[in-house]
Amino acid sequence: MAEPATAREIDRSQMTISDEVAIEITGMNKWYGAFHVLRDINLTVYRGERIVICGPSGSGKSTLIRCINRLEEHQEGKIIVDGTELSSDLKNIDKIRSEVGMCFQHFNLFPHLTIMENCTLAPIWVRKTPRKEAEEVAMHYLEKVKIPDQANKYPGQLSGGQQQRVAIARSLCMKPRIMLFDEPTSALDPEMIKEVLDTMIELAEEGMTMLCVTHEMGFAQAVANRVIFMDQGQIVEQNEPKEFFNNPQSDRTKLFLSQILGH
Amino acid sequence: MTTHEPIAYVREKMAEQKAPPPTSVGILGWIRANLFPDLVSGILTVVALFIVYSLVSGLLPWLLHGVWNASSLDECRKIIAERYGEGASGACWAVIHERFWQLMYGFYPSHLYWRPNLAFVLLLLGIAPVLFDNLPRKMLLITIAVPFVGPWLLWGGSVWVPIMVFLGFVIGIMVNRFVGRMSGALVGIIVGVLAAVVWWLFLSGPAADLVQSIIPLSIEPVASRNFGGFMLAITLGITGIAMSFPLGIFLALGRQSNLVILKTMSVGFIEFIRGVPLITLLFVASVLLNYFLPKGTEFDIILRVMIMITIFSAAYMAEAIRGGLAALPKGQYEAADALGLDYWQAQRLIIMPQALKIAIPSIVSIFIGLFKDTTLVSIIGLSDPIGWVKLIQANAEWNGIVWELYGFVAFVFFLFCFSMGRYSMYLERKLQTGH
Repeated sequence: MAEPATAREIDRSQMTISDEVAIEITGMNKWYGAFHVLRDINLTVYRGERIVICGPSGSGKSTLIRCINRLEEHQEGKIIVDGTELSSDLKNIDKIRSEVGMCFQHFNLFPHLTIMENCTLAPIWVRKTPRKEAEEVAMHYLEKVKIPDQANKYPGQLSGGQQQRVAIARSLCMKPRIMLFDEPTSALDPEMIKEVLDTMIELAEEGMTMLCVTHEMGFAQAVANRVIFMDQGQIVEQNEPKEFFNNPQSDRTKLFLSQILGH
Repeated sequence: MTTHEPIAYVREKMAEQKAPPPTSVGILGWIRANLFPDLVSGILTVVALFIVYSLVSGLLPWLLHGVWNASSLDECRKIIAERYGEGASGACWAVIHERFWQLMYGFYPSHLYWRPNLAFVLLLLGIAPVLFDNLPRKMLLITIAVPFVGPWLLWGGSVWVPIMVFLGFVIGIMVNRFVGRMSGALVGIIVGVLAAVVWWLFLSGPAADLVQSIIPLSIEPVASRNFGGFMLAITLGITGIAMSFPLGIFLALGRQSNLVILKTMSVGFIEFIRGVPLITLLFVASVLLNYFLPKGTEFDIILRVMIMITIFSAAYMAEAIRGGLAALPKGQYEAADALGLDYWQAQRLIIMPQALKIAIPSIVSIFIGLFKDTTLVSIIGLSDPIGWVKLIQANAEWNGIVWELYGFVAFVFFLFCFSMGRYSMYLERKLQTGH
């Protein structure tokens, strides 16, 4: 079985799932040219849910979460985020994007800006927060991800793990209601994976709605309330983590799990 | 059969720090490492030193035997022969001494030299805060004023003309704000630009005349044909640089745009302008344009040339900036999008600062090329420094003089271009944010 992601006990007191729908995807299809990359996706995410999406590469899991903040455009079906439907209306898109935080595999920090400027940029320009207030908020989140002393450095001077934690802090500065993680630990050394996962676990403990594309099965077991397995652009299986890992139903899921957990 | 030394080893006494051998440090070490590291390099060093010596030994007497006061080339030669003996070579700097003001200002009236001088000082004060961000930001007010005050000082005339031109920008921005709030950013930009253009084409002239007739405030006008020398080269160069840069950015963005018409127009413009030699464009400006314009339209020759130089450089600039844009990882766009920044915010705050930084060397090369290309206007009859060299050579007194004039012009151009190159290196170092 997968190793636990963290040694300490996880505080589940605030991990509550409400009846409020955070994201609703119905009958969504997406093509890259003629290639049908996402097929008939139906998914309802409730506020407070922590969902881990896994699957082989090319299964469309990254594309799926990138559709939620419109980094990718879907051609068919409906995506409603926080009550706003994603359409080609730019105002809606920008509104949703400022409510949905995202962390990328390669961090995508802005290398020409300091850590502090990375964190305050969007609050100042999108939310029109006064600079001083934005800096206070940024400092708060940098302390939370445990790198307040790096605030005046540039991203290029930080380690990978530190950069990813800054990326998380940068997203949090916008006070998002939903966080998307697109393979946040895949580009990191084993030692740094832990520090990033710890940050994500803390976030989960505070009740953040999270969708994580990740292969960290330990993380899935520790904090997820639902695991989704995707293959060939479709949701093949989803279940509570315990059931998912101990009692997978589909053959494809069994094969996948035996391959990633077998060694 | 080999005998192995025992593997186990313990150092009993730590080695003391010693000075390096004398052949590897100091002047001796430097010479050894850089001039004579091996036989081939040593021979090359000797050959190179010989070439440098023959150049300097030929050039130095010519430079040192220079004559600064004479009224003609013959007189120069006589003085050199008297001082250094028959057959001695020497530079006749007297031509630069005597014709200095023409090389600098052309036929610009000498009692008005203070105007281009003042404009130049304002220009330097206006550029400084743009080049060095540690200067007080209030100096940017000068930067904003220079494009209006500068031309007014150079060409003279009514003070109301530059004010009305400035008003065009104010009108454009206000219309943009107003319309943009009502019907979206893109519509706001288009209507704003249209309003400004309509103002400049049809209203600003009459408005300036009207105010001038009520409150006459003007300085002595100077016609474009009197502009010349380095004043002309700098005027053309600076306007070309200042206008081609933003135009190039917009063309590069247009070329990357998803809007098909905008993209096609940008690509067409860039490819067409790049496919035509600058001198052709200058001939169009000087000769052909008059055929297309309505009879009696007065369209200043210097303005026409400025436009041609600007669009020519803008096409190259667009390609240099596109190179910078292409070098940016896609993740930067995605991160900006994911944070909710709109297109212009993302461009201004994230994309352009990085793309321009990558493109600095190419951009500065284009600036340098543009500045040197201003000498081509001598072919269409404007008397820039090269035009003046020819005019001076055509004089009976200075007939036959070549090196001194071209050398001087080259030297001044070199000063400008070298400074630009140095500045670009400074900027690259300053913007270095990695390890």
